[in-house]
Amino acid sequence: MEDAGFIIGSYVLTFATVGLLAWRYVRVGRRLAEQVPDEDKYWI
Amino acid sequence: MTTTEPTPQREKSRPSSGTGTRGTRILGISTIVAMVWLVAFGLGFSPADRDQDEAVRILYVHVPTIWVAYISFVVTAVASGIYLFSKRKSLGWDRLAGASAEIGTVFVAVTLVVGALWGRLTWGVFWQWDARLTTTALLFVTYIGYLAVRRLDGTHEQRARRSAVIGLLAVLEIPLVHWSVRLWRSLHQEATVLDTDGNTDMDGLMLFSLFVGVIAFTLLYLWLVLHRTRTMAMADILEDRGLDQALADRRAESDEFDRRAGTAEGGAG
Amino acid sequence: MNVWRLARLVARKDLQIEWNSRVLLNQVLPFAGVTMVIFAFALDSDAVLERVAPGLVWLATMFSMLVLVQRTFAVETDDGALDALRVAGTDARAIFLGKAMSLGAQLLVLEAVLLLAAVVLYRQTVPVGGAVLLVTTSISATCGLAAVGTLYGGLAAGFRGRETLLPLLTLPAVAPVLIGATRAVEAALGTAGAVVSDGWPWVGLLVVFAVAFGVGGSLAFGPLIDE
Repeated sequence: MEDAGFIIGSYVLTFATVGLLAWRYVRVGRRLAEQVPDEDKYWI
Repeated sequence: MTTTEPTPQREKSRPSSGTGTRGTRILGISTIVAMVWLVAFGLGFSPADRDQDEAVRILYVHVPTIWVAYISFVVTAVASGIYLFSKRKSLGWDRLAGASAEIGTVFVAVTLVVGALWGRLTWGVFWQWDARLTTTALLFVTYIGYLAVRRLDGTHEQRARRSAVIGLLAVLEIPLVHWSVRLWRSLHQEATVLDTDGNTDMDGLMLFSLFVGVIAFTLLYLWLVLHRTRTMAMADILEDRGLDQALADRRAESDEFDRRAGTAEGGAG
Repeated sequence: MNVWRLARLVARKDLQIEWNSRVLLNQVLPFAGVTMVIFAFALDSDAVLERVAPGLVWLATMFSMLVLVQRTFAVETDDGALDALRVAGTDARAIFLGKAMSLGAQLLVLEAVLLLAAVVLYRQTVPVGGAVLLVTTSISATCGLAAVGTLYGGLAAGFRGRETLLPLLTLPAVAPVLIGATRAVEAALGTAGAVVSDGWPWVGLLVVFAVAFGVGGSLAFGPLIDE
């Protein structure tokens, strides 16, 4: 049933993309956060 | 004998590890929980559709992604407007606009691809030139342009001003595109294989799944935009610091040069 | 000095420069002509060409406009002329309107030549009844194109990636013009059974577009090019 492939594929694609985006943001955030002193971080 | 020691260097506290706060952790966990619910209901508990069969399940992620894209672009437009028209041009608004646009662009891309998969199942074709699809495709390209403008050389203020103008022009362009495409496609009814307004008769459980999806993805958007905006703030700070450092280095260089030149002639001076 | 008066001066200066440098004549028109010819190679069917001729004319106009805008602004940026105008305190709206008028005039020449090419290469005929619609379409579409071209041309001018940035910003923005102008010209020429009265709603769209970008552009131009 090719339908299942498309349906699962849609979910996988969506979550994979979102997951990659989230992971990238967190990773870059961690890398930059090491170089920026805490007093400059307005969210703390 | 007591010696007066110079004030010790204030020990720099170990910088925090990232852009997370308690707020975003709660947001993140809620998002994950909501997503689990979404998958459970979308792929499991909800029934198949009368007309679309199982393909309707794709809508439970497809509709939320375009929903997030729309929110993102509205936020970008509003933040652009606030930046441009406020007296105190706070770059935070510019960063919010940029972060939101970036997220929105990714979500439009996902929407287009997943939509093509859905279209293949329901219409038999990956694409058709109807009003909605065409406008969405142009929406995507428009914001790619916005992101390109953000990457042009210049100061943060220049970037902010240019992007804000482009962001607001997008608000002008999108409706114009939408109307012209609507008018255009209304003349070609035979091209529309299936009414893309998606007026599927949805029963309670299906509507609920859709609702869960929208909630889940909205939480996700908030989480993403908070993290991205904070990262951009740090990037700007580091860029400024890098510039300051470069200027300081140049000044030190030229001072050193002057000093050496002075010493060389120093004898007669 | 009144904005319009200033704009006319700017337009006259730009057209003078064009007259001297002959960018339109020597570079853009040949490019447009070549485009019209290679369309025929790709589409390989007289019937198809006749059917899509209005679309091809406007496509060729769009692509040629990109070349034209790039070249015109390159002249400005190389000498820092645009910056000098701004530093001298010239109203940005006047600069925008003046440059747009000049670009518009050149586009009208371009379109006339392309229409001629379509008559010759794609066997188009202009029925008397459609002539008014044709001219009106051309003018209203050109106003919109000139506004968008000037706006984004001014932005892209100073930057290294301008060859790609300009089309990226301009083409999605002028999609409504492409749609509307093509439909209107099809109506004017009677392509595929269209009648002249079909075309006027599209002219309405083109006018709205031109006004929107004329006003929006004159407001946006200053902040966009200021450094």
